[in-house]
Amino acid sequence: MTPKTSRRSFLKGAAAAAGAALFIGARPDGALAASSSDAMLNPFVKIDSEGNVTAIIKHFEKGQGPATGLSTLIAEELGLRMDQIHYAFAPSNPQVYNNLLFGPFQGTGGSTAMANSFMQYRQAGAAARELLIKSAAEAWGVDPAGLSIEEGMVVGAGRSAPIGDFVAAAAQMEPPAEPRLKSPEEWRIIGNESTRRLDSVIKGNGKAKFAMDVHLDNQMVVVIARPEQRGAMATGFDDSAAKEVKGFINAAVLPNKAGVAVYAENTWAAIQAREALSVTWDTSAAETRSSDEIRAEIMAALDAEPEYNVLKKDHAETLAAIEGAAQVIEKTFYFPLLAHAPMEPLNCTIEQTAEGDIVLHDGAQMPTGPHMAFQQIFGLPAEKIHINTMLAGGSFGRRATPDADYQVEAALAFVMTDRSRPVKLVWTREDDLRSGYYRPAFGHKVRVGLSAEGEILGWDHRIAGQSIMKGTAFEAFAVHDGVDGSSVEGVSDTPYRVPGMFVGLTDTKKATSTLWWRSVGHTHTAYAMEVMMDLAAKAAGRDPVEFRLVHLAGGGADQARKAAVLKLAAEKAGWGKAQAGRHMGVAVHKSFGSYAAEVVEISGTAEDGFRIEKVTAAVDCGIPVNPDIIRAQMEGGIGYGIGHAMRDQITLAGGAVEQYNFPDYEPLRIGDIGAIEVHIVKSTEAPTGIGEPGTPPSAPALANAIAAASALTVADLPMVEHGVSFA
Amino acid sequence: MAITLKLNGTTHEVEADPGTPLLWVIRDELKLTGTKFGCGVASCGACTVHLDGEPVRSCQTYIEDVEGSEITTIEQMEEDPIGKAVQQAWAELDVVQCGYCQSGQIMSAVGLLRENAKPSAAEIDEYMYGNACRCATYQRIRAGIQRAAEIMEA
Ligand code: FES
Ligand code: FES
Repeated sequence: MTPKTSRRSFLKGAAAAAGAALFIGARPDGALAASSSDAMLNPFVKIDSEGNVTAIIKHFEKGQGPATGLSTLIAEELGLRMDQIHYAFAPSNPQVYNNLLFGPFQGTGGSTAMANSFMQYRQAGAAARELLIKSAAEAWGVDPAGLSIEEGMVVGAGRSAPIGDFVAAAAQMEPPAEPRLKSPEEWRIIGNESTRRLDSVIKGNGKAKFAMDVHLDNQMVVVIARPEQRGAMATGFDDSAAKEVKGFINAAVLPNKAGVAVYAENTWAAIQAREALSVTWDTSAAETRSSDEIRAEIMAALDAEPEYNVLKKDHAETLAAIEGAAQVIEKTFYFPLLAHAPMEPLNCTIEQTAEGDIVLHDGAQMPTGPHMAFQQIFGLPAEKIHINTMLAGGSFGRRATPDADYQVEAALAFVMTDRSRPVKLVWTREDDLRSGYYRPAFGHKVRVGLSAEGEILGWDHRIAGQSIMKGTAFEAFAVHDGVDGSSVEGVSDTPYRVPGMFVGLTDTKKATSTLWWRSVGHTHTAYAMEVMMDLAAKAAGRDPVEFRLVHLAGGGADQARKAAVLKLAAEKAGWGKAQAGRHMGVAVHKSFGSYAAEVVEISGTAEDGFRIEKVTAAVDCGIPVNPDIIRAQMEGGIGYGIGHAMRDQITLAGGAVEQYNFPDYEPLRIGDIGAIEVHIVKSTEAPTGIGEPGTPPSAPALANAIAAASALTVADLPMVEHGVSFA
Repeated sequence: MAITLKLNGTTHEVEADPGTPLLWVIRDELKLTGTKFGCGVASCGACTVHLDGEPVRSCQTYIEDVEGSEITTIEQMEEDPIGKAVQQAWAELDVVQCGYCQSGQIMSAVGLLRENAKPSAAEIDEYMYGNACRCATYQRIRAGIQRAAEIMEA
């Protein structure tokens, strides 16, 4: 049973029950502050008089490990063992918890969790340490310089006492403006291979509570009857057959006409009643196109002069350089629509408290989105809306829609009731695949001119597809001079030294709702860049690794870091020494501030099918805070990239999505990749993203391995639809 | 209709129409939420439970077919020697990411180890084929099953 309280009051309540407490957090102006309650600040850490330490996690946990990562930072500075720290998710409060990289928007995305919190959480832990030591020194009448905190005890001057004894006094003190952070030589937990995830046990025994597991007293379950054709509007329905379903309550057209809400006593009744409902749709403004038409529009755009000259270079110069080249290689790539398909279908639950507040129980990735939308829908001030952030069964970007799509849908379904019963919105897998938000389809057309010696003379790179950021709250942040940076990232900012590079972009018409998908633009740009690098290397008669290194040589730190992961992956994979019957392909890419190189080794033939025997990866993501979580994220990112490249796509016919469920959007399966080995570069740079950077190089490395094995360069995804089979 | 279910060693009386998937009775009626809904069409394995010790997909198992059978869910695995070994291995290796598929993975892994105490990597890949993990934790699932086999042997 989920209690009828918000996370915020839960934290306050816990503090009151345990007596004195010390909170260290940020004031609204961003300065660090100490307090005996969290009323005036948003805390990063709470320590109660029993000595219980709770890290307050402002980023949401969808499997990528911020709960463990941020707790690690606090535990390190506070001198705790990992089993001495707990965590809780932060309430939605964008003023204080804003993601430093996103502006006033509390969210997790762009692999920023560790990057922006690395200083903040260490400072909070360090400030707590200094205050507790200071208050112990005062109590004991000794010099604080001789005291330290070890495993939850203040020790020194021949005495020791639990930290909880000092929280009351510490909470009255002003924290130091610049607490002394432990130096890397003093770290025992940061970078420690043996640190385990804090959530492993509850996720292995069924006790972890996901949003889907919320059961509030007297709740109704609602599912939405949706149109086949995207964008059709509900005009009415006949529920006479639905009335035969036991547990069906009623149905109502959503205020925005996007569908019909079907209310029932439980999930199965709701699903059954929806089956039985017949809805009439107005399709006059609905999408009617098919994937082939969307593809044709993209292909035509690639052949026309691009809408945007991304690098502001002279296109004629690039064209002339290619014209005069000894060899020209050309390739046109197509990347289909993709669904995110997180394992836990989307859902959330809304209830109204006795005081008229609204509580949303949600695996919210960007709580600010629903928080702002709900103020409008319910006409309530921000403080009357509470978001209980639950565990999320994956996201890959899907739970972070700028328009808070599914939370708004639940709110609309809730406002149509008398609000006496909580409403739980459940999406089925069919809803997820057919009515969702997609990685937009993109095309790339690349022409590269090489000199007789194999030097790149010109690189004409055109990209066309539907913008993700335009028309969203992120437009100001991501769109400059008309160019949606997320459409070209990974090409326009490539660390390769590419002489004569021109990057052109054309936005195509809206076909579906689009959304960032694990690694955003890099999902297609890395593929085009890295397959082209292999084709260019081949044309130049050079080894693919060596050719890439040539184009990374003599540059700055960016090139050096990219070259280093490439060399490391090649060395660990035994590049150039594949055993008989095996072939290797390589790709390296920078995204979210991190560098990842991957070597894919395959066996088999085009006729009998290929098998991925091994993926060897190297990653540089700055200081590795939790090495094993980095490894796990790389493994997952590689699997996600490869699985979709192998066989997944969303297609439209007459405006309707053709896929229904996993049987026609087949997930990566356990046997698809024989082994993954991840090597982490030792680094002293600030930590950068790890949730996404594993994905971009994985598919092009596979494509390059297939090209090495078969002279088949796959430029159209998914691979199984374009001449490749897998054993 | 009224149905008598034997689940995790306890007998429950539930009201459900024929054709109701066992999954929704477990989750919505008995409020045991460790068993997950992922696809509803037997293609992801998130809903895996044991029926008389054998893994089945509860989303495609109908309530009228399980009367008299012994149903076991993830919540009971701590009591099962193989289940305990698998859970221990999972925690040692940090198999989980988002965790949503993992109840089903563990239920299938226990089923495998029950019939094959020392499965090879190929045998694991074959048996576990139907358990999807969108976070792609497969490599650790494979290692976790082999580690659990070691724990059992010791
Ligand atoms: S929910 Fe039963 S197999 Fe997917
Ligand atoms: S751990 Fe996320 S789906 Fe398997």
